[in-house]
Amino acid sequence: MPLYPPKPDKVYFFGTCIIDAIFPRAGLSAIRLLEREGISVVFPRSQSCCGQPAFNSGFPDEARQVARRQLNTFNRDYPVVVPSGSCAGMMKHHYPELFAGDRDKERAFRFSGRVFELGQFLTDVLKIRLADHGNPLKVAWHSSCHAMREMGVIKNAKALLAQLANVQLTELEREYECCGFGGTFAVKHPLISGAMVRDKIDDIVQTGAKRVISGDCGCLLHIRGALDKCGLDVETQHLAEFLWERTNG
Amino acid sequence: MAEPARFDFKQNIAKALKDNQLRNNLRSAMDGLRVKRQDVFDDALELEELRRYGNAVKERALSRLPQLLEQLEQKCTQNGIQVHWAETTDEANHIVLEILQRHKATLLVKGKSMVSEEMHLNRFLARHGIEALETDLGEFIIQLDGETPSHIIVPAVHKNKDQIARTFHAKIPGAPYTEDVEALNRIARATLREKFKAGHAGLSGVNFAVAETGTLCLVENEGNGRMCTTVPPVHIAVMGIEKVVEKLEEIPPLLRLLTGSATGQRITTYFNMITSPRNSGEKDGPLEVHLILLDNGRSRIYADPKLRQTLYCIRCGTCLNHCPVYTRLGGHAYGFLYPGPIGKILMPQIEGLPAAGDLATASTLCNACEEVCPVRIPIPTLIRRVRNESYDASDAAAMPGHGYRRNLMEIITWKTWALVNSRPALNRLIIKLAGRLGRLMPAIGPLKAWTQVRSRPRFAPKSLHQLIREKGVPND
Repeated sequence: MPLYPPKPDKVYFFGTCIIDAIFPRAGLSAIRLLEREGISVVFPRSQSCCGQPAFNSGFPDEARQVARRQLNTFNRDYPVVVPSGSCAGMMKHHYPELFAGDRDKERAFRFSGRVFELGQFLTDVLKIRLADHGNPLKVAWHSSCHAMREMGVIKNAKALLAQLANVQLTELEREYECCGFGGTFAVKHPLISGAMVRDKIDDIVQTGAKRVISGDCGCLLHIRGALDKCGLDVETQHLAEFLWERTNG
Repeated sequence: MAEPARFDFKQNIAKALKDNQLRNNLRSAMDGLRVKRQDVFDDALELEELRRYGNAVKERALSRLPQLLEQLEQKCTQNGIQVHWAETTDEANHIVLEILQRHKATLLVKGKSMVSEEMHLNRFLARHGIEALETDLGEFIIQLDGETPSHIIVPAVHKNKDQIARTFHAKIPGAPYTEDVEALNRIARATLREKFKAGHAGLSGVNFAVAETGTLCLVENEGNGRMCTTVPPVHIAVMGIEKVVEKLEEIPPLLRLLTGSATGQRITTYFNMITSPRNSGEKDGPLEVHLILLDNGRSRIYADPKLRQTLYCIRCGTCLNHCPVYTRLGGHAYGFLYPGPIGKILMPQIEGLPAAGDLATASTLCNACEEVCPVRIPIPTLIRRVRNESYDASDAAAMPGHGYRRNLMEIITWKTWALVNSRPALNRLIIKLAGRLGRLMPAIGPLKAWTQVRSRPRFAPKSLHQLIREKGVPND
């Protein structure tokens, strides 16, 4: 069992580039959830991207340049809360490799030790209790590969959803399987990516749920795009936004 | 197997994805293998312990590869096995040919061996008037159809029983048309029995070779491996040099990992341990046993301590079974002997990046392969390394043909991306512009590829940065 720090007064919030440009309400909801627990949230304006797009595409120098920007930005000793299993996985598990042999190696190590995925932070550190104010609703859950296999935080997300009394969670038949996003893979191999996401949305539609929730906006961007393209009436929503919507007021 | 020069990955992908029969055959076969694996490894802690052990055994063996190979040669020679070294597949082919010609052999019966596929041995021997007959059922089927394996463990997995029924009826003299599995098996068995009796020599692969005892271990389910290695007077074993392990006591856990990962079996029907030819006074077994140790680029991979992990592979194929890309394409689309995740890291290193580097682009880095690999090869990390070396023309890169993908367009793209993401003001400006003008972007390049199967991304009118400034979240 990992040991978690006691509840801190202050945390950094890393918004992620996809949330910044496309899903800002997910980021805002996450900040509100944290603030409601009595935490002061610091959102450094000079943050950008974790560097994963370049890292995964074979451009580690460019990835390191952008990652170093984050090391400089999040330089105080606060926990860094990240509303994405994929960006959190990059910062927690790949920064040490990315900075191996670099002058910032030790700084990167220390930084990685402070990174938490949002759902993990809400449950394991804050031990949040949620009161559901919403109407009965059936939702499907999509596990991002990196939340599942790098961060191991799917149980945390599901524990949060389980706290919502009026929400019925349905599992996807192939929950373990990638939706086919994969960053630049989605545009380098649109045919394979398309075959994968079509199977994923078939699986979602099969559940009968009208909303699919995930902790990762990369997957959501991809799944939402495919649902729209097929004219399917299923909403997509980030976990933070869903939790805030159900428990606010 | 497609010639590298004519390998068109994109075209292969398009063709494979159109084939619904193929996708259905693969889906049900891969689902079956995955479930069986889960059932046989029902204790997660035990599995993790085993995987760590498997990794440690291979790491240690590879770290002493030259010494262990010399020890293996010495022990085998003492036991009466004749050891041959081949740097290239061409050398290996000629060693096999020379042995067969010395015995005036014209029929070689073969057990399943991926190394012999790597050598294109059958084609080579045919040119010299020698018939090489595949006796593993899956290999037998695809040989009848003139195909290559589409999976390293279940080579005919792309075919269903109706397709096999048609093949048998068309290609085996006197075989009636039947879709009955038992009857099909009987036809194959009767055909192969005669060949085992008539074969002048047998060939097999090697799953593990034990340096301390000079023992060749062969894992199989059909008994054809035992027939090939005991009935004909000559047995030739071919193995990649990475298959050597140090001690006999390391075999049981490795075997458990291999059979559990490959087919979800606790143990295979046959497990052969071959330590010598027929000794005086023994009633069966071959009179001569030859072991051919093939390098074919492996020592180059061995030289790089990170890339060396590629050589830990015990060829169980479970990374294929768990790969969301392989499951949809099947093996033939990859165009090279080893498909799937392991192929994406192994083929570019053996064949060179210009020939096979594109394979590494076909991964979402979902990590499913790494999660199940019985010897814990960090496949996604090595896929990133292949991608990196594809662009890296500097001396720091190790793979043959590195830098082949280097092009101005991508360099500019990533330099610009890095600049935008390390200058906060510039970053905010770009995101703001995307929010205002994103919907006007022409659908060309990456956006065109995106909108082939997805609607275009809807940029938010106000970014998180803007919303936060309005809300007044502290900056520091």
